[in-house]
Amino acid sequence: MVQKIIVPIVAVLIFLVFWELLVWINGWPNYKMASPSDLWPAFWKFRELFFVMGWDTLWRTVVGLMLAVVVGVAFGMIMGFSRIMRDALYPLLVGFNAIPKATVVPIVALMFVGAHDFNTILIAFMISFFPIAVSVSIGLSTLEPEYRDILRSLGASRMTIFWKIALPKTLPEFFGALKVAVTLAFIGTNLMEIVSPHGKGLGALFDSGKTSSDYPLMFAVLIALGFLGIFLYYIVVALEKTFASWAERESQ
Amino acid sequence: MEDGLIEIKGVTHSYSTQSGPLPVLKDLNISVPEGGFVAVVGPSGCGKSTLTRLIAGLMKPNAGDVKLHGEVVTSPRSSVGMAFQNPVLLEWRSILRNVLLPVEIVPTKMSRSQAEDRARRLLKLVGLQGFEDKRPSELSGGMRQRASLCRALIHQPEVLILDEPFGALDAFTREDLWQIMHRLRIEEPFTGILITHDLRESIFLADEVFVMSGRPAHTQFRLTVPKTDGPRELTQLYGHEAVEMLATLRHQIEIAQGRFPGEDKKVGI
Repeated sequence: MVQKIIVPIVAVLIFLVFWELLVWINGWPNYKMASPSDLWPAFWKFRELFFVMGWDTLWRTVVGLMLAVVVGVAFGMIMGFSRIMRDALYPLLVGFNAIPKATVVPIVALMFVGAHDFNTILIAFMISFFPIAVSVSIGLSTLEPEYRDILRSLGASRMTIFWKIALPKTLPEFFGALKVAVTLAFIGTNLMEIVSPHGKGLGALFDSGKTSSDYPLMFAVLIALGFLGIFLYYIVVALEKTFASWAERESQ
Repeated sequence: MEDGLIEIKGVTHSYSTQSGPLPVLKDLNISVPEGGFVAVVGPSGCGKSTLTRLIAGLMKPNAGDVKLHGEVVTSPRSSVGMAFQNPVLLEWRSILRNVLLPVEIVPTKMSRSQAEDRARRLLKLVGLQGFEDKRPSELSGGMRQRASLCRALIHQPEVLILDEPFGALDAFTREDLWQIMHRLRIEEPFTGILITHDLRESIFLADEVFVMSGRPAHTQFRLTVPKTDGPRELTQLYGHEAVEMLATLRHQIEIAQGRFPGEDKKVGI
């Protein structure tokens, strides 16, 4: 327990010291490279903005992710249960996923001018639903036939087989994908906020730091984003522990 | 003999493949009397698994009838219990809840607590007492297979279908499970059909052994295993009688494979 808490903290402290030293030895001014000691003042100066903007980023990421879960699971189920649908949809999804979302941002921003929350959520959703759809479809289509036969030979309906076997069996894959998706959704939100700033979210705060050459502010935003990302990731981990803890092998 | 509990009469089945129909079973006849236990052996790919799926009602034969209690099987029926080579336990459920799975699907007269008592009793019978709340991943392969046998029996099926259930186990675990099967048969009488590759297993467990020919399979040979008083002992497998039966079956399998000892005829490619 001590090791689990102390070791990471010491590692972070050593990292910060090196960062500070690097800036100090090179004599970089803070418009070239901010040092850790610049960050706290920058954060404190804009602390209210940090919380307001941070909240904007957070809720839009979460809504985008939830949409991705609903749509991703639906696509995954369709592709997992039907060979024809998988053959039809897979190339489309791969193509869609291959387009860098940074290029989609301006299009979406123009398409739905003024609908900032909608824009942002849409990008967060678009960037993150692919891994969920793929993992659910693979989880369902690789279900061993014996599992199905055990229930089918007892006269179970398709729905029963889905609820009793297919769904729980896919949960570990689903949570694996959700861990990737949560990070992606977060990237999506920030992409929209930075590329098409509209005064909301940490991305917009970052952009205003850029406009006013306030490097310490930009770095402080980066750190804040890091914290938010870690927070979201561990929420998913906690959910996984609750719903799919059986998939974890006891490590000895 | 005519009114066996399981009656497979003139069953013919083929799969449609890209290169035309692939006949798997051709005029197969097997009969299992009530309370009987029959083993089906045959060369690889002779359609043994097709047979289990037909009896379970998961498929319908092209021709011929599969009858249970004189009724033609056309769809899955809850009076069947199945165990496969892969124990297919649900990893997210405890052993006890795995055993109880069929009760959640099949309409039964048992109350939840009665079913649970029965599950515990079955688990005790196969030597899994104390493992009720463990997860399948915490059990060895042999133990999982025992749990899977309990699951196949929990809803008091009329027919137990075993599709190579001991195939993936090591020799000693397999022998353990053979003896457990005898114990189960005394405590929980069932009518069973066992698909296997293991000739020793077939004569140790079954009252009758059917040899299926190579594809398309028909009933090629039928061997009645002499009854013994009480459960069989493993040592009997090394007796003169057993050796003779094994030699007979071995010879029949070779014929089924299209290989005749002495003459080199039609060796499978």
